[in-house]
Amino acid sequence: MRAPRRLLWGLAGIVVLVLACLVGPLILSPVGDGDPVHAALLPPGTRVTVLDLSDGRTLVSPEVDLDHGEYLVHGRRRTTTVSAHDVVSKHDARLWLGSDRFGRDVLPRLLRGGRISLAIAALGAAVALLVGLGVGLAAATGGRVVDAVLMRTVDALLAFPLLLLLILVSALFRPGPTLLVAVLGLTSWMGLARLVRGQVLSLRTRSFIQAARVAGTRELRIWSLHYLPNLKAPLAQDTTLRMGNLVLAEATLSFLGLGIPASLPSWGAMIADGQRVMLDGWWLSLFPGLAITTLVISLALIGDGLQQTGDASA
Amino acid sequence: MADPILVARDLVRSYPGRRQGERLRAVNGVDLSLAPGEAVGIVGESGSGKSTLARLLLALERPDRGSVIFEDHPISHLSEARLRPLRRGFQAVFQDPSTSLDPCLRVETIIAEPLAAHRIGDRSQRRLRVADLLAQVGLPAGAGQRRPNAFSGGERQRIAIARALAPKPRLLILDEPVSSLDVSVQAQILDLINNLRSHHQLSLILISHDIEVVREVCERVAVMHHGSFVETGQTAEVLERPQHPYTRMLLDAAPRIRYPDV
Repeated sequence: MRAPRRLLWGLAGIVVLVLACLVGPLILSPVGDGDPVHAALLPPGTRVTVLDLSDGRTLVSPEVDLDHGEYLVHGRRRTTTVSAHDVVSKHDARLWLGSDRFGRDVLPRLLRGGRISLAIAALGAAVALLVGLGVGLAAATGGRVVDAVLMRTVDALLAFPLLLLLILVSALFRPGPTLLVAVLGLTSWMGLARLVRGQVLSLRTRSFIQAARVAGTRELRIWSLHYLPNLKAPLAQDTTLRMGNLVLAEATLSFLGLGIPASLPSWGAMIADGQRVMLDGWWLSLFPGLAITTLVISLALIGDGLQQTGDASA
Repeated sequence: MADPILVARDLVRSYPGRRQGERLRAVNGVDLSLAPGEAVGIVGESGSGKSTLARLLLALERPDRGSVIFEDHPISHLSEARLRPLRRGFQAVFQDPSTSLDPCLRVETIIAEPLAAHRIGDRSQRRLRVADLLAQVGLPAGAGQRRPNAFSGGERQRIAIARALAPKPRLLILDEPVSSLDVSVQAQILDLINNLRSHHQLSLILISHDIEVVREVCERVAVMHHGSFVETGQTAEVLERPQHPYTRMLLDAAPRIRYPDV
C-alpha cells in the first residue's frame, strides 16, 4: 500500500524535531552559561568571545579588546576589565539563535525545552489513551447503566471549558511536569472514550464477530483477535491529532505560568519569557513558536495521513 | 429414515417493540427437522424472521421458548463453555462477506480461525489445510497472504465458505449467501455450494428471500411469514402448486430467471 504523501511529510517533521531535541543537547554545548551583563539580548547569528575566568565565572561578549595585558569586555551598558592572568581560556563562538535577557544561548535551551514539551505531550497522550480506552471499553461492555453513567460523565466533562479546568487544577496544586502530564491526560481522554465506545458498538454489529463465535473462538480471544486490531487505526489517528492539542495546551499553561516552572525550559515558557521583551528580542518568542507550529502541523499531517490510509483499506 | 441432524421445536423469540411494553415476535413457533445430507430452504421477505431463526439455529441467541437440538445435544440450552466443542459440527456463511471477514486479518488467519479455536492441528498442518480449502473453493494458493479487501464480493464469499468448511462440519447454515452478489456471481457460488455439499455429504439450511436460489440447492422448502412457517414441502411441489396465498404472492413477485447450468 502506498503511504500518502502528507503522512511522510508529517513523519519527517516529527523525526527531525525529535532527533534534534534528543541528540542536539548532547553534541551542542551552550555558549557560556548566561552572562546578563555583556551578552543579554544578542540577535541570532552574533559572533561572541567566551572568556573562562579562574574564579569559575564565564564572560560572553560580542566585543572583547586586549589592551596592555587586560581584557576589556564590552556590554550594552557596561564594560568590564579583566586581567589577562585571570583568563583561563578564550574562544570564539556563535549564538545561532541569539541570547535571552539573561545572556543565555537560546538554541540549546530550545532543544532542551523541546524534550520537555515532547515528553509532556507524549505522556499526556498516553494517559489519555489508557483512561479513554478503559472508560470506552467499560461503557461498551458494562451494560446499560454503566454505559449511561460513564457517557453522561463524559458529556459533562466535555461541556466544561478545558482551559478553565486546566487553570483551576494548576492553581490548586504546585505546578510541575508530573502534575502537567496528569492534568493534560485526565482532561483529554473524553473524546477518546467516546470514540472507543462507538467503534466497539459498531464492530459488534459486523458479522465477523458473529462468525468468530460460530467458529468457536473464546470471548477474550475475540477481543484480542478482532476488536483491538480494528480499534488500532482510529486510535492511532485520534492520538496523533490529540497530541497536537496537548502540545498547545502545555504551551498555553506554561505561557500563563501555570505549567512548567521557569527553571525548566519549555516552549510555552520560552514564548512567555520572550513576550516581555518582544521589541528588543523578537527571536526569543519566534523560534519556540516555530517549533510548536512545526510539531503541531506534523502531528496533524500524520493524523490526516493515517485517516487516508484507513479509508483506503476499509 | 436416519435420526435428524437438527431439530427445532416450537421456537419463539421476541424483541422489545417501539412502544413501551410491546414485544415483537420475530420467530413465532417454528418447527423444523433436517435429515443428514438433506438441504432445506427457508424463504420469506425481509422482516419475516429468517435471520433471527438463523441466529437461534446457530445458538448465537437463546430462544424465549422451544429448543434446538443438534445431533441429540440441546444446543439452545447449553452454556457457551459446553457448547463450544459442539460448534465444530455446525458452521455458517453470512450474508455480506464485506462484514463477515475481519478486514484486519490475512485470509489464511480468517480461514484457520475455527481450527485455532478448536485447537485442531499444529501451525503447519493448519497451513496445509488452508491451502487445501482455498483450492476447494477455487481460489489461488497465494490468496492466503492477502487481506479481504483485495478480493471481489464473490471471492470473499468463497473465503467465507472455506472458513465454514475448515473444521469439517456436518451442517452448514447459509444466511442469504448470495444476496449481496451480482447475478452472474450468484450462479457460480450456488454451483460451488452444490458441489461442496455432495463432496462432503453436508446437511444444509439455506435462508434466502429469493425462491430461485432455494430452487437451485434445496429439495425441501419452508415458507416463512411473520415469524412462522406458513407452508412446507418438497421444493418442486411447493413451487409448482403453492397452497398458501403468501407463497403464491412470493412466487408472483419473483422475477422469472433460471440460473444457466454453469
